[in-house]
Amino acid sequence: MANAAISANSSEPSAPDGDRSVAKAPRDYRNIAPYFFIAPAVFVMLVGLVYPVFDSLYLSFFDWKIGEPFSKADNVGFTNYLRMFSDPDVWESIWVTFRFGFWTITLEMFLGVTLALMLEKPIRGASIFRTIFILPLMVSPVVVGLIWRYLFDARVGWINYYLGIWFGIEPQVWLGDAELAFFAIVFTDIWQWTPFIFIIVIAGLQALPSEVLEASRIDGANWWQQIFLVKLPMISSILVIALLMRLIDVFRALEVMYIMTGGGPGRATELLSLHIYNRAFDAQLLGYASAIAVLLIVIVTVLSAGILIIGNPMKDKSDV
Amino acid sequence: MSERIAARSLNNPWRVAGHYFFLVLLALICLTPIWVMISTSLKDQITIFDGKPIWFFFVPTIENYQDVMGAGKFDKYLWNSIIVATVSTFLTLLLGGLCAYSLARAEFKGRRFVANATLLVRMVPPAVLAVPAFSMVLAFNLRSDLMVLIFFYTALNLPFAIWLLFGFYKQIPVELEEAAIVDGASPLQVFFKVLLPLMKSGYAVAGIFTFRIAWNEFVLALLLTGRNTRTLPVAVSGYLTDTGVEWGRIMAMGTLIVIPPLLFTFFAARQIIAGMTAGAVKG
Repeated sequence: MANAAISANSSEPSAPDGDRSVAKAPRDYRNIAPYFFIAPAVFVMLVGLVYPVFDSLYLSFFDWKIGEPFSKADNVGFTNYLRMFSDPDVWESIWVTFRFGFWTITLEMFLGVTLALMLEKPIRGASIFRTIFILPLMVSPVVVGLIWRYLFDARVGWINYYLGIWFGIEPQVWLGDAELAFFAIVFTDIWQWTPFIFIIVIAGLQALPSEVLEASRIDGANWWQQIFLVKLPMISSILVIALLMRLIDVFRALEVMYIMTGGGPGRATELLSLHIYNRAFDAQLLGYASAIAVLLIVIVTVLSAGILIIGNPMKDKSDV
Repeated sequence: MSERIAARSLNNPWRVAGHYFFLVLLALICLTPIWVMISTSLKDQITIFDGKPIWFFFVPTIENYQDVMGAGKFDKYLWNSIIVATVSTFLTLLLGGLCAYSLARAEFKGRRFVANATLLVRMVPPAVLAVPAFSMVLAFNLRSDLMVLIFFYTALNLPFAIWLLFGFYKQIPVELEEAAIVDGASPLQVFFKVLLPLMKSGYAVAGIFTFRIAWNEFVLALLLTGRNTRTLPVAVSGYLTDTGVEWGRIMAMGTLIVIPPLLFTFFAARQIIAGMTAGAVKG
């Protein structure tokens, strides 16, 4: 590896001229040094992130239950996969995930972008408000789940109380009814993540060159035209990245639902990540859960590849 | 909006008032649930189970905090959380910083591959780690060892930290390092003496994000800890029982868990926003 580095580097035209003689010196550590620098981090990521992905793939071919040693687990070939594709619970969980993703991301993008366009102008005290807006993002997901479980509680929850006082609506068992529980987790997610879209979009809007906006105004663009023909197209890559990041988060989400509903009632709020967790540690089917995990990896990898292609901050174009 | 229009519209007191009205409304929406938690943590059982929301005018009590902090192993769980979060943050910054520096500065074979792979593994869902981590822990008999959590949190946080620090290193002119090398400094000296002082804010941002993830993480902590190695998020979930949910205690513990992230928010909001937008806006 080191030799390859030396040969690669000495033929590197972009290396500073003065380095050329140094690069040939046998004691030159500058060519091997990068590998020493990245090695520890790469090792931790290989063992902690990459190995588990391949281990999931391996385990997915076994019928392994919690409590029995892995050496006793049977290799069942593709049985887990065949079972997965014909398992209505898996499909329901995927459907719930997509439905959840559709509602949360649509509403968060709409609210976040609208609010950002409304409130982008610099104004006195803006930094205090921005500090407050990131609070929902900083609170631990477990605590977010607990707070909203309390607010949606059928007996002591504040939401039932105010719906009754203001609108005369009978108390609802929010987290015990499939549709209402789904609404509750969507609502919670919107509370927590709309600020993220808002902050990102406002940063993008404020980074737009003022000349372009000035020019479009001189050309006679009205307020709507400025938004839809100038501003939004100019921040479109930001919007796409924000959308993809939220989409990936939907497939990673687990903790808030685990606390609020545990995935229930039935499987009404069981997103794919939570489904894997429940299959593994509630139903105790580690091998089968691994097969579903492989499916999740495939989905997330495809989405991540999208982000990489659209906006890789480490791509060479930005290497100036 | 052009500056002239902006200036004109901001002279209109109605528009300014409308602007502030929306900002205050949004701020209230963000703050209300957090205030519900804090206020509930200060109420006694009877007030909570009365079911009538009282926003401000109740007789505050600290009995929930006394119950929670006095219960069995609270000190131990708090200590576990602090150790896990600080040690994994330290490791992430150390290893991630070296890696990001290398990726930003050196030309070497495989650089692009490592950079892209780092971004890709950033997306690995924690649920995917659950079963393999559980099986690793079984295989090596490491259950109830805090080192396991520290290791996995470091792994989970490294990609984002590397990504963020990479951007910060890119902003530092190469000439500074070249001058140091000409003066005979070794790579490690260049790293620690020249770059590190300039990287303070970058490391602050990466540190806050890393600490927050490690402090808040729940799924792996639930799986990989035992009676003595629980962290606070796992401990608080234990108060959710089928027989009865003790909201006062839950909210007291929730409030305690939220203290460090809230402090970060108030003292480093600008850096946090920089970290959040770095991915989308600069990319």
